[in-house]
Amino acid sequence: MKWRFFWGPNGRVMTKTVNREAAAQDEDKKVPDDMSRATGQRKGEVRLGREVQARIGQQLRTLYDDVVNEGVPTHIADLVHRLSSQDDGAA
Amino acid sequence: MKLDPAIRDQVLAAVPSLRAFAISLSGSVDRADDLVQETLLRALAHIDSFEPGTNMPAWLFTILRNLFRSEYRKRRREVEDGDGRYAETLKSHPEQIGRVEFNEFRAALAKLPPDQREALILVGASGFSYEAAASICGCAVGTIKSRVNRARTRLADLLAIDGVDDFGPDRATRAVLTGGGRS
Repeated sequence: MKWRFFWGPNGRVMTKTVNREAAAQDEDKKVPDDMSRATGQRKGEVRLGREVQARIGQQLRTLYDDVVNEGVPTHIADLVHRLSSQDDGAA
Repeated sequence: MKLDPAIRDQVLAAVPSLRAFAISLSGSVDRADDLVQETLLRALAHIDSFEPGTNMPAWLFTILRNLFRSEYRKRRREVEDGDGRYAETLKSHPEQIGRVEFNEFRAALAKLPPDQREALILVGASGFSYEAAASICGCAVGTIKSRVNRARTRLADLLAIDGVDDFGPDRATRAVLTGGGRS
């Protein structure tokens, strides 16, 4: 058994246990089908257009960079400075 | 032992991206900040095991990912992100991309299998090489490439399907943008 994490509706995260083999089989069955549906190409010939890739990349970075641009929260900066100036270096 | 200020600055420089990764893993800003703090505590307590000159962000990401995995292996119960802060974060750029399209993207990203989402974020947003991402996830480079490829394909698929009905006039444009060739 293995823990898997699912992003539910409205950004909620859920977990449940699944059987690893069953999940693997499931994945093998589903993904190639999804791939061929997405691109109209055969399995193993998956290629997304440059525009699609660029668009996905742009959106991904936009949401990621939104957090990155918040910088280092003060309490975390304080923690690092405190720990790094301790004489024995232990946390 | 006092920490070398250069090493300390490398750690601090990695924190913003580490947070973004933690949020994408945990789906919650509060849990992400806990994860980041715990990661930094461990990292600084074991800073001797970091080889200067190697990839500091990758080292920290590996620690954080392992912490996340072990934390949730321990929690044998359903976990929900109640604070919705991640959702807020993802809604904040309507002027750049278009709110509906962006929300659609967020929903599609949430539907990806965790392994695929993680690989896509490490390579596509954190900017790690396939090799570094493989090292962080403890798997083969080919596995990361395959996960990223599947993630992109699945996203394109989801974005082409979802919301078609919401986009009357834009439907043709969207079909082009999301891969075309679908009827």
